[in-house]
Amino acid sequence: MVDMKKTAAQSSAAGSPRDAKGDVKLRDYRSAHWDEPLIMEMSVPGERGVLIPLAEPEVESSVGIDADAFIPEGMRRAEPPALPELSQHQVLRHYLRLSQQTMGMDLASDISEGTCTMKYSPKVHDELCRSPQMAELHPLQDEETLQGALQIIWEFRNILRAISGLDEVSLHGGGGAHAAFTNAAVVRAYHQSRGELAQRDEFITTMFSHPCDAAAPATAGFKVITLMPDHMGYPPMEQVKAAVSERTAGIMITNPEDTGIYNPHIDEIVDLVHEAGGIAYTDQANANSVLGIARARDAGFDACHFNLHKTFSSPHACAGPATGAYCCTDELAPFLPVPVVTFDGETYHLDDDRPQSIGKVREFYGNVQVVLRALAWCLSLGPRGLREVSEIAVLNNNYLMKKLLEIDGVTMPYEEQRRLDQVRFSLQELKDDTGIGCHEFQERQIDFGVQSVWTSHHPFVVPEPFTPEPCETYSLEDLDYWAETAARVCREAREDPEYVRKAPYNQPIAKMTGLEALEDHETWAMTWRAYKRKHGVPD
Amino acid sequence: MSDEFFVHPYIPNSVPATKRAMLEEIGKESALDIYEPIPERLRFKGLLDVPGPIHSEAELKRHMEGILAQNDSCAEYTSFLGAGTWRHFVPAAVDEVANRAEFVSAYDGLYYTDMGKQQVKFEWASQLGELLDLEGVGLAFYDWGTVTGLSLRMASRITGRNHVLVPDTMSPERLSVARVLCGPDEMAASVAVELVGHDEASGRLDLDDLRAKISEETAAVYIENPGFLGVIEGQAEEVGRIAHEHGAQFIVGVDPVSLGVLRSPGSCGADIACGDVQPLGVHMSCGGGLGGFIAFRDDDPVYAAECPLILFTIVPTEKEGEFAFAEMMEERTSYGLRDKGKDWVGTGAGLWMIASAVYMSLLGPQGFRELGETIIKRSHYAARALAGIPGVRIRFGEAFFKEFVVDLDETGKTVAEVNAALRERGIFGGHDLSRHFPELGQSALYCVTELHTKDDLDALAVAVRDAVA
Repeated sequence: MVDMKKTAAQSSAAGSPRDAKGDVKLRDYRSAHWDEPLIMEMSVPGERGVLIPLAEPEVESSVGIDADAFIPEGMRRAEPPALPELSQHQVLRHYLRLSQQTMGMDLASDISEGTCTMKYSPKVHDELCRSPQMAELHPLQDEETLQGALQIIWEFRNILRAISGLDEVSLHGGGGAHAAFTNAAVVRAYHQSRGELAQRDEFITTMFSHPCDAAAPATAGFKVITLMPDHMGYPPMEQVKAAVSERTAGIMITNPEDTGIYNPHIDEIVDLVHEAGGIAYTDQANANSVLGIARARDAGFDACHFNLHKTFSSPHACAGPATGAYCCTDELAPFLPVPVVTFDGETYHLDDDRPQSIGKVREFYGNVQVVLRALAWCLSLGPRGLREVSEIAVLNNNYLMKKLLEIDGVTMPYEEQRRLDQVRFSLQELKDDTGIGCHEFQERQIDFGVQSVWTSHHPFVVPEPFTPEPCETYSLEDLDYWAETAARVCREAREDPEYVRKAPYNQPIAKMTGLEALEDHETWAMTWRAYKRKHGVPD
Repeated sequence: MSDEFFVHPYIPNSVPATKRAMLEEIGKESALDIYEPIPERLRFKGLLDVPGPIHSEAELKRHMEGILAQNDSCAEYTSFLGAGTWRHFVPAAVDEVANRAEFVSAYDGLYYTDMGKQQVKFEWASQLGELLDLEGVGLAFYDWGTVTGLSLRMASRITGRNHVLVPDTMSPERLSVARVLCGPDEMAASVAVELVGHDEASGRLDLDDLRAKISEETAAVYIENPGFLGVIEGQAEEVGRIAHEHGAQFIVGVDPVSLGVLRSPGSCGADIACGDVQPLGVHMSCGGGLGGFIAFRDDDPVYAAECPLILFTIVPTEKEGEFAFAEMMEERTSYGLRDKGKDWVGTGAGLWMIASAVYMSLLGPQGFRELGETIIKRSHYAARALAGIPGVRIRFGEAFFKEFVVDLDETGKTVAEVNAALRERGIFGGHDLSRHFPELGQSALYCVTELHTKDDLDALAVAVRDAVA
């Protein structure tokens, strides 16, 4: 941070992000706190938030004034639903206040949410998605009237073909895990078509692959073998060899894994699976590190998926809508979900006459507006830009890694010390010394205006884990700030662990209590009506 | 680094001086040195064969608008398409909230940092619970088809049985999704999906066929109400009774827009309800507006325990009277137990929970009542107007909501021919049913909502009359 420090030191002012010495100045952050009641508690009988078009007199003179006459007697609603009754401004104000108590990545630093690739999502994409030419399309319109939408799908398909090296693409999946399930279903149909399904009932994955790479094949009815990392951070080849057999339907593996470690033997693993007659699939959730650097096809993979809401900039949107883009070879393509978009050189078509297709994994053909964003993002970057994205993402990560490893109490597991896009660190040393582990760290770090840090998926193979991922859209200033918040919390842990334990202090709500409700049927309440019944709140 | 100077507005550290300083700090000469772990044989050489870059935002916008202009939207045409996603009015206040940067750009922040989002989701679940008369609601996931399949699998785990019954009139799209999820017979934990016939005159479930097919091996009976073909299933309670007599779960798929006027799944005895929130204030976006939900009884913890979706509960804080919201029974999901969890869960349809929460609050009970009434009146007005055209017939009687089947067989025209003629008049005709429901001949599924005025419906009738003449 040589340059930044010098520059800031020369012009330190009250509003500067750095102090007079050029060191990062942590913000005196205060979250919005509206003390906002539940909307169900704000109801005023008779108030209206919006009026509904009413049937015209001519309509009523034709069909009558009683709509209930068309409803079979036993199916008429007797009691109106107990929804809140509020005027429009009161409803709007309520939800705007709650939006202010939500730390979206546009406002804060989502370096914290590792494995999620929280990058900036360009606003111009949102404008395009809101256009009636996108928002007001019905997926069952005649294809002649959907040529723009189909062109978006087709052009993005071609981009993913280039990035993956694979032949065909399906954009139906509503999230990364959905693409993983698509793969399990496609592989199931592939082996079934060859009469080998009864024999091939096992999928292999690794512990540091996303949980969906284990859960999706299990849902599809396969047994799942999970390989554990050795001292290097990835499974030894002997373990892979022992797992692969004539029962192997396929492997589903992330690379680089959620540790940021790239498995250099990946093509040898693929070869082993192929020799046994299995299908090799790579979950490219961490593709942000390898765009234009390494392709799934070149390591021998038959299939892969990309998360358009991660690598390709579509916003996460409070967890969807999203897209898990599934790519595969021509050999697997006949089994893809229908419809598949095709192009005859002049016109785009929706082809659902594909007899070997698995059928559908989703109604219609995907979150087209998410694909629109991904296409626009790629077009704004071009081939050099895509490569730059990855190079800066790994540069950012390696810079942040150096800063964080300078902090007393932060360690990085495994003999393999090189990392690409993210790092799974450990706070075990800090925990041993001070009692402050990853959860306490998490709840204190947020007081400095950064999002809560992602720990790890379960189980915690790395003890007291945390996993930041500084994508290419973060500045050097952002990286230094994040590192300083981590350093500050670790310092506080050594000086006053009790203070850290009682955090957070600057949030919309006080410290949560009563967490036994999370497992207690007598008290948990997923809805207000359940809460009222279980906790004796009068109507 | 790339050879040419390249500073991109989305990539702050692409400034050469910054790059150099950072590389110096980590002791590398180039970012390519960081890629050492990737063996040379696996490296991609050269540049990807992809288009771009388009230099500026202005030019990018122009280019993308050019592509979008190739679409004809339901804003320009009067559309009568439904069949799984529907064009309802989206109040401006819904868009205002759903487009907030805080919500659009949020993901998986903790209970404190994203507390506002968690409260909205709790209020979403609470309002949906009121419409459905059910106490348990999971967070929204992909689409109605997916949650139908997951509900059937949930019932299979609850009962320890692997056979389910669904109506043969259900949405073909949803049926296909559910079948893929339920899996072929040879797979572990697969669920056999069997179709129950319908009464040809009314479109309702054939109860004799149901009684013939249900057994003590049946895990669930699923119905859609209103059905895919628009028919209101007047025997819902009886179907539930038959299911329960055999120890099966009763699952009701529902279009929540109907629940101001139609009886709720919970009050009909449903153990589980599923459906889609898209009609509640979410734009269709070519199928991108879908958001499936699963709701269930909470008088028995087995429902929450077997639901694969993420569940949140209200919890107290140190401050008297203050609420927080936290994920409950986290261990049972695929995030908790990987392949041993309940099916899988992941990023689904979060923003559509925000939008539909605002929508439900704006409408309130009176809004839902009036919405249902307007839809019924206008859709029946349209059906009667079409029925007055020689050769045009409305199938399944008058007990329908929002959608109805228009049979063109006796006109001698195909649905495709009529729809082509309608398009010339600025109308998207109803969805062609002839492929998935060949027994209905040349029939189309028409959808009429509160957005169609009497003039729109009169124009439709004139256009159809001319098209079949």
